[in-house]
Amino acid sequence: MITVNGREFPYEEGLTVANLLQKKGYTFKMITVKINGNVIKKDEYETTLIRDGDNVQVLHHVAGG
Amino acid sequence: MDFKVLKSFSYQLGKIIKGYNNRSLYINLNDYSIGEKEVTEMMKDKFIGGKGFGLWYLWNAVTPETKWNDPENEIVIATGPIGGITQYPGSGKSLVVTISPLTGIPIDSNVGGFFGPYLKFAGFDALEIQGKSKEDIVIFIDGDNGKVEIMDIDTESIDSHLIAHALTDMFAKNEEDKKNISVVSAGNGAENTLFGLLNFSFYDMRRKTVRLKQAGRGGIGTVFRDKKIKALVVKFSNTRGDLNCPHDIELIKKTGIKLHKEIRDLDDKQNQMRKVGTAHLIEIMNEYDLLPVHNFKFGAHPDTKNITSKVFKERYFTQNMPDGCWYGCSMSCAKAVDGFELKTGPYKGQRVTVDGPEYETAAGVGANLGIFNPDFIVEANFYLDTYGIDSISFGTATAFVMECYENGIINKDITGGLELNFGNEKAAMELLHQMARGEGFGKIVGLGIKRMKDIFVREYGADREFLNDIGMEQKGLEYSEYVTKESLAQQGGYGFTNKGPQHDEAWLIFMDMVNNQIPTFEDKAEALHYYPMFRTWFGLNGLCKLPWNDIVPADNDMTDNPAKVPEHVQNYVDLFYAVTGKKIDAEELIRQSERVYNFQRVFNIRMGHGKREDDKVPYRSVGPVTEEEYLSRQERYDNQLKEILNYDIEGKSIAERMKVLREYRESQYEKLTDAVYTRRGWTLDGIPTLKKLKELGMDLPEVVEVVKKHLG
Ligand code: SF4
Repeated sequence: MITVNGREFPYEEGLTVANLLQKKGYTFKMITVKINGNVIKKDEYETTLIRDGDNVQVLHHVAGG
Repeated sequence: MDFKVLKSFSYQLGKIIKGYNNRSLYINLNDYSIGEKEVTEMMKDKFIGGKGFGLWYLWNAVTPETKWNDPENEIVIATGPIGGITQYPGSGKSLVVTISPLTGIPIDSNVGGFFGPYLKFAGFDALEIQGKSKEDIVIFIDGDNGKVEIMDIDTESIDSHLIAHALTDMFAKNEEDKKNISVVSAGNGAENTLFGLLNFSFYDMRRKTVRLKQAGRGGIGTVFRDKKIKALVVKFSNTRGDLNCPHDIELIKKTGIKLHKEIRDLDDKQNQMRKVGTAHLIEIMNEYDLLPVHNFKFGAHPDTKNITSKVFKERYFTQNMPDGCWYGCSMSCAKAVDGFELKTGPYKGQRVTVDGPEYETAAGVGANLGIFNPDFIVEANFYLDTYGIDSISFGTATAFVMECYENGIINKDITGGLELNFGNEKAAMELLHQMARGEGFGKIVGLGIKRMKDIFVREYGADREFLNDIGMEQKGLEYSEYVTKESLAQQGGYGFTNKGPQHDEAWLIFMDMVNNQIPTFEDKAEALHYYPMFRTWFGLNGLCKLPWNDIVPADNDMTDNPAKVPEHVQNYVDLFYAVTGKKIDAEELIRQSERVYNFQRVFNIRMGHGKREDDKVPYRSVGPVTEEEYLSRQERYDNQLKEILNYDIEGKSIAERMKVLREYRESQYEKLTDAVYTRRGWTLDGIPTLKKLKELGMDLPEVVEVVKKHLG
């Protein structure tokens, strides 16, 4: 199990940040991704693996509106 | 064109000092008197400018009994101290304030186009129009020669695309001179509905056409036509970047260059504002279940694929045009569709330039009506603008009547034959044309949802409670186009607004619903304090909100609070100092807004509104009103009942589940209300306390007098 934005989400082997965003339907571009408090750069979403128990934050920033 | 000058007034051209002319222009249309008024130090200290000035003048003009169509009601237009600079993107906004026909309280609208800056360069920090003319007039402010004229001009039409062109042609010496003119106009729809808007023009030198930006909300255009104003025209020929005579122009330039660079380097990777404007939100809102569909019942629809920004970009928006609505705005999001051939209405067959569509229009007249045809959206956009009708109120009010129609509350006899089912674009377009002609069922819909509810109950025996639940209005104003059911904070973001449910005070849905960043009532209340105050500040200074957070610095992620965009907040602090010479910090910026925000709240109370009762919201914005809605998100709602309320759903009917869910959600809103009022320094009835007003230095005798009556 991992946590995504404070809510539980099932862990699976080989899960990258990019996979997670896709699974959650997070298509918005103005986001910051943090794993255990560390910011992940956008060009590392494809290659960064999430480990079981990680605390992931996908912070969507307001735009438009 | 034939014209007659009815009144002429000469004034000394002046010089702006650190962002202020220190005077405003007052016109009374009862007797055509024209004069100057001093802008005092008190006004600058406590109200800053823009909508602050508008609210102060309006307060002094009206009484608690004043109705929108009484002669003493005013329309005040002002930019702010920063307004008119050309070095920092988004610095040319005008703020318009009046008593709204829809709400009976002050409405304020923030609009682009060149009028506000030119008015300022012509010598005035604000234009205050009171009284009512007996005949149709045009007001011309000649900022080159120091002259104001009230004129009778024989124009072909008052529809904005025609009158704005005609007056630009009339007052410009030649093609080159057209960029020095800005026209404010309404249209036939503004005259015949209560949600009329104002168009503010600027001349687009590349397209060789007049462009229109809208002060949309709250029926300002209706007040304008009620005063028999056909148009306002301002002329100013020598626009330069230093006309504000700022305290420190080098600092302005430095701050501006930084932002221009961000926009150039990052916009394509971020929101693509330069390519599609705010239309990029259409698909995003759909993907996050936030796009209003069928009168806010649902948040997404498969056919949204037909109206995404990609479609508008590839088939409609003219690309590679710098579409700034004021000089120096490299965000240039004011997109347009060129050479669009109209298929209906009085201008059928003509090819026109359409300003937009922006997100709100596409969502309001498209998805919310179940119409996923981009041609319809562009055509409706054109007519709404030229007729002077607010696309948000039109969309939300039409969605309401469509739901009433589908529920049998109204029928073809009542609508004059219009089959107002969701998705019927022909009927929706006809309704729009009827509004401009002041005919048929369009005239009823043009009264807005609040008045329609009364009519449907009185005349057709409709169930008041059901209409209150599905009618997406609050304080009399129609909701703008976001679904808030799953975001308690945004229910408040709409509910606790001063003017009515417009999203320009706070947009917290992602922060709340998706990010889960503000889980407690106190967290939400903090956000509902900070963001409305921060965003109010744009309206005090003549600024556009978009360059604040629709573009962010590359390292914004690394900051403590990316949502606030700290570097841009610092830019604003620097700009205020650079223009006015007054040092502020980020806290004082919020206090400047708080003063005006609380003043506006007290203004509402003075007009008999603005208390807790007025901040209640329709249940459609909070949870599922109908079984159809519940079933569309059954898993989510069932889970909430089980997980949050420990409610055993086994064997329970949908109606029973809905009842429990409703009680819970409504109680959450009440708790949020308590928390927000406390954070804002208000009583639990929503009244600013004397302590709060004193702290802010807003304990003006007239303000205290109003508040005291209600504090008991
Ligand atoms: S960001 Fe868009 S709306 Fe704002 S000032 Fe620039 S062009 Fe106008």
